Amino acid sequence: MEATTPTPVTDVSGTAPAADRPPLLEAREVSKYFGAVVAIEGVSLTVRAGEIACLLGDNGAGKSTLIKTLSGVHVPDKGTLAVDGEPVEFSSPRDALDAGVATVYQDLAIMPLMSVTRNFFLGNEPTVGVGPLKRFDMSKAARIAHEEMKRIGIDIRDTDQAVGTLSGGERQTLAIARAEYFGARVLILDEPTSALGVKQSAFVLRHIIAARNRGLGVIFITHNVQHALPIGDTFTILSRGRIGGSFRRGEIDADRLHSEMGGGEELHELSRELAALAQADRRPPAAPAAPAAH
Amino acid sequence: MATTTAETGPAPGTERLRRLSLTQRILARPAAGALIIVVFVWLVFAAISLAKGNLAFIAASGTLNYLDVAAQVGIIGTAVALLMIAGEFDLSVGSLVGFAGIVIGIGVTIWGLPLWLSIVMSMVATTLLGVLNGIIVVRTRLPSFIVTLATLFIISGFSAVLTSVVTNITYIPIDRAVVAADPIAGLFNWSLSVGGGAAFKVSILWWLLIAVLGTYILGRTRFGNWIAGAGGSATAARNLGVPVARVKISLFALTAFSASVLATIQSMTFFSADILRGRGIELDAITTAVIGGTLLTGGYGSVAGTALGALSLGMARQGIVFADINADWYKIAIGTLLLVAVVLNNWIRHRFAGL
Repeated sequence: MEATTPTPVTDVSGTAPAADRPPLLEAREVSKYFGAVVAIEGVSLTVRAGEIACLLGDNGAGKSTLIKTLSGVHVPDKGTLAVDGEPVEFSSPRDALDAGVATVYQDLAIMPLMSVTRNFFLGNEPTVGVGPLKRFDMSKAARIAHEEMKRIGIDIRDTDQAVGTLSGGERQTLAIARAEYFGARVLILDEPTSALGVKQSAFVLRHIIAARNRGLGVIFITHNVQHALPIGDTFTILSRGRIGGSFRRGEIDADRLHSEMGGGEELHELSRELAALAQADRRPPAAPAAPAAH
Repeated sequence: MATTTAETGPAPGTERLRRLSLTQRILARPAAGALIIVVFVWLVFAAISLAKGNLAFIAASGTLNYLDVAAQVGIIGTAVALLMIAGEFDLSVGSLVGFAGIVIGIGVTIWGLPLWLSIVMSMVATTLLGVLNGIIVVRTRLPSFIVTLATLFIISGFSAVLTSVVTNITYIPIDRAVVAADPIAGLFNWSLSVGGGAAFKVSILWWLLIAVLGTYILGRTRFGNWIAGAGGSATAARNLGVPVARVKISLFALTAFSASVLATIQSMTFFSADILRGRGIELDAITTAVIGGTLLTGGYGSVAGTALGALSLGMARQGIVFADINADWYKIAIGTLLLVAVVLNNWIRHRFAGL
């Protein structure tokens, strides 16, 4: 591809290997309002093939609104979306899926009471037979689900097993594998590690890297700098509905990311307060501890 | 990056999966508890009949008798179970039984329509009311418990108004000769005498047909997968492209249709329509679904289990009659059975299905 990037929307330097191809998915100066509330204003985000774009921000920063706009749940009030450099309009999640943009929501991806096979193919069931005899091809579905789960490192003997018996990390991974199997080129992962412990998070992060290595574009939404920093190629910080900064890998460290997320100053304040509290608690019980924090 | 796909290896947690024996695999099915309940209820009443020296419950006559009772609940129960798996309730189904019968009665006796046409008209009208239930639930996003509680009052009130205008009582007689001469009435009141006053009633075949169809739809079709998905999480299912609204409306329609089938069976058997028929069957239907392993919260359940739930209800109701026990004990028995079944189902699901 000789075409240059149509709109260099972030301050990403042009030296990255993927930069001379049009991005898989772009948000260009996107705004979304809910009545008087400005949910996001002039937000731009780019993800290329084989790249993990981390979207960081505190609660209420507008991450959800941006994801929902990228995945076709919301139609932006201003700005455009582009797939492969071409402007597109998503009026439903189905449109986004058809364009290869799949979103994995944190808690809503998986039905714990349904089997692995049934979850994997929900909404995309393979069928055999014609007319009224058309039926869910369970044996084909079970075979594919087993193969796909094995490919991502979860060897399930019986795909009739309910998903509720899998760990949190395995469930997230199943949702990622499913999106990829059904043709996703861009994965939008909404806080995939926030409810998970260290081991489970590592399991999911490994699969995010693996998906990147297979050439997918990944938008990884998180507020956990420790999870984003080691695996991200680009970092976009969202703060109060606006872009607080965009950085390439190597241009930023954890401290700076924290402070750019808008929480930096507050975080320092918080650690000072906590330190003071802890100090107070160590005093002998005779001295009342409460006022020490102020 | 040091971390690559090569490191993916065996997943944490995989080693925790055990190989299950056949018994454990059977117990992991949602219908397992209902099977245990049915065997238990049969053994209890068989023991009572042996102790009392009255073998009616064990004999073919008694069996056919409680099968008919189970069939009437089971026809509705199957549809209600599917609806519950999709995450919704229909409390109006009992009032729809009364309504469907009244439509047949009015069609034949007041409007002078052929019986078969009245039956078709009743089925269409009742099913449309089910569609309306579904549309209201989907559009308003109100709990179906509230919506169908409201339609329960409205439909039963409407049936009463209709019949009081027509006959001034709650009841419309239908001419036996008309029923006997009708080309399709036999589908609903046919029975085969097996001697000793016992008869195999066509209601049992309807029940089997609907239960087999329900099992097939839930287990072997795309629509069945959508039912469980819609009940598991409507939002997630919608995000995956499942037409959740269509699934739910279809199931409200199916439930209403099952009410019209039961109403037709009853009015062709008793040669009358009565607004009081079907009263309370909504709770019986929910009871059979829950005994059968269906969760009130949706997303999980079994049609086969519901059939077994209906069977245990039928056995308990008629078993008490045959044993010559005061019929008031039936409600105590059903309440106890429901509690025991739920506790048993929860335990089995936790222990064997790991949920």
